[in-house]
Amino acid sequence: MPSGLFGKKKRALQEEEGRLRRRLAELSRLPTLPGVHLKDEVAKISQRLRELGRVRGRGEGASWEKVKLARHPERPYALDYIGLMFPGFIELRGDRCFADDPAIVGGLAAYQGRTLMVIGHQKGRDLASRTHRNFGMPRPEGYRKAQRLMRLAEKFGIPVLTLVDTPGAYPGVAAEERGQGGAIATTLACMARLDVPTVAVIIGEGGSGGALALALADRVLMLENSIYSVSSPEACASILWKDAAEAKLAAEALRLTSSDLEDLGVVDEVLPEPRGGAHRDHAAAARIVKEALEENLRQLELMKPDRRRRERCGKFRRMGVWRENGLTLF
Amino acid sequence: MAQRGSVEISPRGGGEKRADSCPACGAPMDAEELAANLRVCPACGHHFPLSAGERIELLADQGSWEEIATELRSDDPLGFYDLRPYHERVEEAEYETGLSEAMLVGTARMHNMDVVLAVMDFRFMGGSMGSVVGERFWRAAELAAEARYPMVAVCASGGARMQEGMLSLLQMAKTTCAVEMMASVPVPFVATLTHPTTGGVMASFATLADVIVAEPGALLCFSGPRVIEQTVKEKLPEGFGRAESNLEHGQIDMIVPRRELKDRLVQVLGMLE
Repeated sequence: MPSGLFGKKKRALQEEEGRLRRRLAELSRLPTLPGVHLKDEVAKISQRLRELGRVRGRGEGASWEKVKLARHPERPYALDYIGLMFPGFIELRGDRCFADDPAIVGGLAAYQGRTLMVIGHQKGRDLASRTHRNFGMPRPEGYRKAQRLMRLAEKFGIPVLTLVDTPGAYPGVAAEERGQGGAIATTLACMARLDVPTVAVIIGEGGSGGALALALADRVLMLENSIYSVSSPEACASILWKDAAEAKLAAEALRLTSSDLEDLGVVDEVLPEPRGGAHRDHAAAARIVKEALEENLRQLELMKPDRRRRERCGKFRRMGVWRENGLTLF
Repeated sequence: MAQRGSVEISPRGGGEKRADSCPACGAPMDAEELAANLRVCPACGHHFPLSAGERIELLADQGSWEEIATELRSDDPLGFYDLRPYHERVEEAEYETGLSEAMLVGTARMHNMDVVLAVMDFRFMGGSMGSVVGERFWRAAELAAEARYPMVAVCASGGARMQEGMLSLLQMAKTTCAVEMMASVPVPFVATLTHPTTGGVMASFATLADVIVAEPGALLCFSGPRVIEQTVKEKLPEGFGRAESNLEHGQIDMIVPRRELKDRLVQVLGMLE
């Protein structure tokens, strides 16, 4: 935890960063006029933002600590949250094509007098259950089961909650032969189309495309000590540093912590965890998730399906940072 | 600047080091002969990679290519630094390929049919998909939907661009929404998967196309052979992940040799319009 002074300094840096980002956004909205050159100011702001990023990123392995917390063996998993939040949950299984994938669970939950479809990645806790759950790494049938359940939810106007916690989609020969890439892509497309409210919560490890497949949602929430990353720090290190042992450096560089991702606009809301982390108090963690779910669903249900879908796609359309005619656009 | 007119297919393609014998059959290669044969080995039919320029030359009617979104450039939102800073890697890729990014988008005519083309180039940082690739694909899809032109995407990618972190991964969601936008009109969307198409591109717009065409021998998978061997220590079957295996397992519609590609794409699009 930051000391008082460090906390204050961090806040000041955050405020400066916020100010700069707002100014940059303003500049990017200005029409291009002859004789008005914004390039210098934009370049200066971009440079300062990069410096700020490095100052804040230069932790004492702060990101790596988060990686360890996100993977903590006692951290609550999807079925733990489901058990605590939705007594009487009815699990639905199978993709109706090939198999039931235990690395993704899903089913019907009673929730405030109505029904919710809950779908999540599931890891195991002991050797047997870890193997059974394939370490939370889904195969195509897991994603196809998720799609089936989403379509079922849509048919009956049931909101969808997804709980994201996977090292990534399973990299195996048979999974490839059954179309792992296509299964993830069609799950994304399914989530883009759904006309019921959708909320995704990153509860542990948000590993690459296998995680994103369940997270193209109206609202993407993230527990404080979770991570969400384009690749595992180990894989990133072995590719870019040519050495998996540099995973700590990669973890810092990838900006995979909840506060990083809130800054980048990747997640809508970061949920605070119980003192010491969610693994210390499963019940408290579940209460926090449930409250956030209630508030977000309440807001989403006020919107017409069309508008929800439009805003969902609009949000993902804005993801990315690029330069165009000298302006940096967020 | 819109790039008009034809794009030259140079015998050397674009800066890439090229073998003097075919890696597939070992037959000696003559650069000029290979270029004349659309960079397909005359002896065994092995398809060598094409640059984006060569691909456009192959598919677009002469003089019909008009590039859009040309001013989009990568930024460095994370201040990413591995062994070298990200911006340096981008500059190097720009210098070596003469391209502005790993995907070019624009309009063209194919046998007089108006189309939107989105063409990737593997030489530009492994064809990796970052913010610019995502935004260009979005603008191409938007144009296709508005003008009611079919879209042809030619994929060649190692996946998401690590150096833009989560913003890269989210391009999978963004390009998916772009495909949905075309589907809602609907305008036909055909993907041509070339060697190699893997990772995030394979798990987003590439496999969401209405019709999926592949070039012979192309490696098409989500997890690459090395990842599978290293992570789960599985022995790979012969021809794993190749276009032929994908066809056999029902993941793509057809394999089309390069010489027939343009005709076949136009045929398919014509029947979907």
